[in-house]
Amino acid sequence: MASHYEAPIRNPLIVGDKTYHDVTVDVARPVEGKANRLWWIVFSVALAAFLWGLGCIVYTVSTGIGVWGLNKTVGWAWDITNFVWWVGIGHAGTLISAVLLLFRQKWRMAINRSAEAMTIFSVVQAGLFPIIHMGRPWLAYWTVPIPNQFGSLWVNFNSPLLWDVFAISTYLSVSLVFWWTGLLPDFAMLRDRAVKPFQKKIYSLVSFGWSGRAKDWQRFEEVSLVLAGLATPLVLSVHTIVSFDFATSVIPGWHTTIFPPYFVAGAIFSGFSMVNTLLIIMRKVSNLENYITLQHIELMNLVVMITGSIVGCAYITELFVAWYSGVEYEQYAFLNRATGPYWWAYWMMMTCNVFSPQFMWFKKLRRSILFSFCISIVVNIGMWFERFVIIVTSLHRDYLPSSWTMFSPTLIDIGIYTGTIGFFFVLFLLYSRTFPVIAQAEVKSILKSSGEKYKKLRDTNPNNSH
Amino acid sequence: MSKKVVQALYNDDDVLLSAVKKVREANLKIEEVYTPFPVHGLDKAMGLKPTRIAIASFIYGCIGLVVATLMMKYIMIDDWPRNIGGKPNFTYITNLPAFIPIMFELTVFFAAHLMVISFYMRSRLYPYKQAENPDPRTTDDHFLMEVQSDGDASQLAKLLQETGAVEVKIADKKAIQI
Repeated sequence: MASHYEAPIRNPLIVGDKTYHDVTVDVARPVEGKANRLWWIVFSVALAAFLWGLGCIVYTVSTGIGVWGLNKTVGWAWDITNFVWWVGIGHAGTLISAVLLLFRQKWRMAINRSAEAMTIFSVVQAGLFPIIHMGRPWLAYWTVPIPNQFGSLWVNFNSPLLWDVFAISTYLSVSLVFWWTGLLPDFAMLRDRAVKPFQKKIYSLVSFGWSGRAKDWQRFEEVSLVLAGLATPLVLSVHTIVSFDFATSVIPGWHTTIFPPYFVAGAIFSGFSMVNTLLIIMRKVSNLENYITLQHIELMNLVVMITGSIVGCAYITELFVAWYSGVEYEQYAFLNRATGPYWWAYWMMMTCNVFSPQFMWFKKLRRSILFSFCISIVVNIGMWFERFVIIVTSLHRDYLPSSWTMFSPTLIDIGIYTGTIGFFFVLFLLYSRTFPVIAQAEVKSILKSSGEKYKKLRDTNPNNSH
Repeated sequence: MSKKVVQALYNDDDVLLSAVKKVREANLKIEEVYTPFPVHGLDKAMGLKPTRIAIASFIYGCIGLVVATLMMKYIMIDDWPRNIGGKPNFTYITNLPAFIPIMFELTVFFAAHLMVISFYMRSRLYPYKQAENPDPRTTDDHFLMEVQSDGDASQLAKLLQETGAVEVKIADKKAIQI
């Protein structure tokens, strides 16, 4: 085992005496087995929420945006809040698979597949909002610069909303091929194990005839590395462009240069929390506790803590600059956030985002699965409020006091948001029963260096260690 | 006489690596190695040439950058040089900051997608393609080395058996090899 030396300080990432075959069996088990009752109950609830949301979308599009709680002053509220929230959640998937790959973090291997699935599914939810919040969504294709019969009337490339079109579609499509390419060896594993002809056919189709040749693996690894190198700036740019929707405006409270990095930090913060929420449940119900260990949860909590602190730092920076600016509109915008009619949303955001991640400094707390689960939910509530606060409190009171107003959502606003949550879980639940939820090929490649069994073997036989 | 290959199955990547080295030292031609996961150092041990896919990706990215620049230069500056919100659309450079986000996105888009398509084409991966691994265990926990046999196949099989193989088979060489 000369090539598998690892510092003794590192804890095993794969616990239990796992062999290569055990990994295969453990990963294939949820796919080859049948869904239990609980799965069907949760799936039905998610499906019902999705269908309800679909009804709300159809109602909005066929009746008009007026069925939402928007008014002439607050033209963006729940729609864009939810859009930014979903995009933000999606970012953790790419961070786990790309940034952690560039930093050679082996602990990413057990979680990257599900994190990427989460990316794809949440970007799909996000992608709904730019369409359905349009007054005339059937003309959405006008945002694409295609030659046409209007003398070739083009789009205006100065608008961040058009940059969004390019950013989100690039992000979704690149994430999708990154995810799918990584899935090929795992689908091939399921294909070669399948006994039912239908399953065999499906997994043969989706595995693209992957055979695992040495040359294939060499290219596969290079492609993964380059895609990670491309996805890292992509993920930063996408949320930057999303933040430009606000930062390039002239609205006090929006026009800030801190938004690009601060939105990205917030995206990592909420995204990692969502990964934590999902994986804490998944490791339990899919019996993957030997792969998604307490150490994985702890490391994700640390990322949440760090990015939460960056977000907190950004909040303070914004407040300082508002005070320092001497611009009364800017100063009022922040006074209004803290003490205006939406004070509760602001303080909700502050409590959830600034205080709750600081609990992770305590080892006892960050190594508690129940506590991590609760915090991960709290963070996502806080991050939803962050986007709501930025959007609504800056709009409802700005330059002209005669335009000051309030915003309250209607049941349709809420229904569409609920619907996207339902749709997300429909996709995620289907994924967890049909896809290999752990990148088994990658996990096998670290089994000898980071598996508990091999680590013990090295400890008991020091001559063999290096 | 049809050509024969000898297939040796291993159940450990370290044994496989040393076997590959031994076979290469014996001046035998390794036809192919099938593994369930990337075995680091295998391509070096087999003497595979490094892949040029990253270079291709760089070129694709440059193409994307050029496409974005030409598209926005034509649309915003040459075709309809409108005044939209006081933005100076006289030359490309005066309005450059507003074009950078899309220049960047299209660079990444081209670099990523064309590279992945190149990979799929070079490695011949596509939907409905039949898998070509000779043994289904090679996607689970076995490693298979195929060595071309020029003379006595059983002699070669014996040699491979000595490298730690758990199973050695003599098979006909497949018609198509990549």
